Amino acid sequence: MSNNRYYVPSESYWPIVGSIGLLFTMVGVSTWLNGSSPAFWLFMLGVTIVVVMLFGWFANVIAESESGVYNAQVDVSFRMGMFWFIFSEVMFFSAFFGALFYARNMSIPWLGGDSNNFFTNLILWDGFESTWPTNGPADVGGEYESMPPFGLPLINTALLLTSSVTITIAHHALLQGQRALLKVFLALTFLLGFIFVYLQGVEYIHAYHEMNLKLTSGIYGSTFFMLTGFHGMHVTIGAIMLTIIWLRVMKGHFTPTKHFAFEAVAWYWHFVDVVWIGLYVFVYWL
Amino acid sequence: MSSAEISTHHDAAHGEHHGPAKGIRRWLFATNHKDIGTMYLVFSLLMFFTGGFMALIIRTELFSPGLQFVHPEFFNQMTTMHALIMVFGAVMPAFVGLANWMIPMMIGAPDMALPRMNNWSFWILPVAFGILLSTLWMPGGAPASGWTMYPPLVLQTGDAFPFLIFSVHLMGFSSIMGAINIIVTIINMRAPNMTLLAMPMFVWTWLITAYLLIAVMPVLAGAVTMLLTDQFFGTSFFLAAGGGDPVMFQHIFWFFGHPEVYIMILPAFGVVSEIIPTFSRKPLFGHDSMVYAASSIAFLSFIVWAHHMFTVGMPLTGQLFFMFATLLIAVPTGVKVFNWVATMWQGAMTFETPMLFSLGFVFLFTIGGFSGLMLAVVPADIQYHDSYFVVAHFHYVLVPGSIFGIMAATYYWLPKWAGHMYNEKLGRIHFWMSAIFVNVTFFPMHFLGLAGMPRRIPDYSTQFADFNSIASVGAIGFGLSQLLFVYIVFRCVRGDGATATAEVWDNPRGLEWTVPSPAPYHTFEEPPEVTDGKAFS
Repeated sequence: MSNNRYYVPSESYWPIVGSIGLLFTMVGVSTWLNGSSPAFWLFMLGVTIVVVMLFGWFANVIAESESGVYNAQVDVSFRMGMFWFIFSEVMFFSAFFGALFYARNMSIPWLGGDSNNFFTNLILWDGFESTWPTNGPADVGGEYESMPPFGLPLINTALLLTSSVTITIAHHALLQGQRALLKVFLALTFLLGFIFVYLQGVEYIHAYHEMNLKLTSGIYGSTFFMLTGFHGMHVTIGAIMLTIIWLRVMKGHFTPTKHFAFEAVAWYWHFVDVVWIGLYVFVYWL
Repeated sequence: MSSAEISTHHDAAHGEHHGPAKGIRRWLFATNHKDIGTMYLVFSLLMFFTGGFMALIIRTELFSPGLQFVHPEFFNQMTTMHALIMVFGAVMPAFVGLANWMIPMMIGAPDMALPRMNNWSFWILPVAFGILLSTLWMPGGAPASGWTMYPPLVLQTGDAFPFLIFSVHLMGFSSIMGAINIIVTIINMRAPNMTLLAMPMFVWTWLITAYLLIAVMPVLAGAVTMLLTDQFFGTSFFLAAGGGDPVMFQHIFWFFGHPEVYIMILPAFGVVSEIIPTFSRKPLFGHDSMVYAASSIAFLSFIVWAHHMFTVGMPLTGQLFFMFATLLIAVPTGVKVFNWVATMWQGAMTFETPMLFSLGFVFLFTIGGFSGLMLAVVPADIQYHDSYFVVAHFHYVLVPGSIFGIMAATYYWLPKWAGHMYNEKLGRIHFWMSAIFVNVTFFPMHFLGLAGMPRRIPDYSTQFADFNSIASVGAIGFGLSQLLFVYIVFRCVRGDGATATAEVWDNPRGLEWTVPSPAPYHTFEEPPEVTDGKAFS
């Protein structure tokens, strides 16, 4: 019985292709940041290689999976791998949440003279009062408006929460073999995801043009755009992954018992959802 | 033709059976845990000598007071690059290499759980360190801010700055993928009936280490990303004028940094816990308490980070909390040291090279641990901070700690890898030279630090001259001794020594000793029978 053995692939050129892609990407972006504009194209070349690698590598894995060489133990490896990958993403976000909490609870009150920092305030930043949001005692980036929590962000919250429900419905449909329902609700999920990204873009344009709220608007602008920006990037990646999963469903992939990729993407989607709730509460609302 | 077709054609039925691929393909496209482990170890050795060469530049400059060989700017580049290369290029990849080689064999798995990702984890490293080393030739030179990359100093780095940031990102990718692979392998791939508590200590300590890696490498990535955006995109994370705080970087960095130092020592604990029982001919004393101790150390590592920053300014309650939490680490660490000693107690001990390195580890790492306790005490630390005492402390835990652990592991398992014994006499000479010179190098640094010599400064007051020249002589001696190590390993791999038996040593415990030496290209394609898991602990 072939399924008794754990599948160990013989060799693969995708990882080394990925490393070369990363080399071009990192050298390209670094040289570009140092002021050489042609290096941007090296960066783009690197990104292209990485994208090609991802498609090739995943195509490889999908073909293996469809050919049935993966046994249940391989499936568990994939699941655990995805779980720990998401955990690493959680920790990445926690660095930026940490920065937000530190600024709000430590550095800004201290700049305002809190704790034993009376003279910091008096001598360095006389007249600065601790408040949130703030662009700092030197008014970095100039006068700005802070992002109100209701309106667009609330709509976005509703969109993401709804998408969490639709993907769960799609999952149940998959488990019960209702392919038509699965297709519709999976499509709904990634559409909601892309609408979220679009609205986030609208919000950014509004912030930059009408509110003078920019990445450069002191610590508030920094934390606002870095947190929502990285989250938006993850939603984009998640929506692309959902689209690919949807295309695979259209091709007839996944069975009620075997659908690791679907679940992995669903976990990822719930993860970006949970991050958003944290964002909505701590960045927009409180 | 895509490789998907290749794989499905060849292996649809049975996974893989063939031997290594021919030529360079074997290494570039590797999925075999032993090949990837070998690449990690060789890479680590190259980095060890690169970083060591930089250390010798530092020690040569410090041989006598005054500025004689290098510019102060270049001196700072050397201290920074030495640390980055040794931490991320030498110690961590060496342990990952050992994990790759040994964990599948110790738990009875056919390979690592995710073999292709395993390859990528490795092949990102040459890219990362190629980028980092290339900064030496850039306008403004290599990073000179210290490996801790504190702003605002690091923001004065020249063209090297973005290369530094992105090479750290790449090291992070590599470590995270490597760690995911190790955790999944350990949790999912154990031989049937091998319970978690029956796992060998090296596997246990790596499980905990991998968890730490996944938890903190992303935090470092976040921290350096903030540096990048502060530099190029006008954010204010570390700019007080904009409401940020340069000290915030230190908090985020050390939230990564303290678990990081345990990432570099826990696998060495595991190695020593394998070796001491073998050469004491007794089971490890208190195996389960070792597991709980290592877990406690890992937990505590998350709540002690600010002891690296006692002088930077923080509320008194913060100082007290971090001091007490740090002192608490002595408890589980003490459990481990006492357990090693108790393992030896009344054992039929012999002193082959791996055992010598392990004993050296127990003695000398403990010295580093004690100086760590001194540094944990806030009022004392304010005296020691940024002095050579700190340099002495962390080199005691890293060189006769981590590096001796790696050396011990290499001698212990080399016959299993190569199929031949190394030259025992030369191995012992290597140990004694290393052990003597490491103390000649680093012990005087305690005195220098207590007398007030600051670290990371290329010049010093004449009162420090004697101890500095002693330390420099020791460093050169230590560096040269490691050439002997390369010679011993080279001769063993070439097949000069006696043929090794499957057991290699006198009745050692563990599944790795049940396969022939050298270990076949594929081991445990069928999981082994583990009836009494405890027999392998």
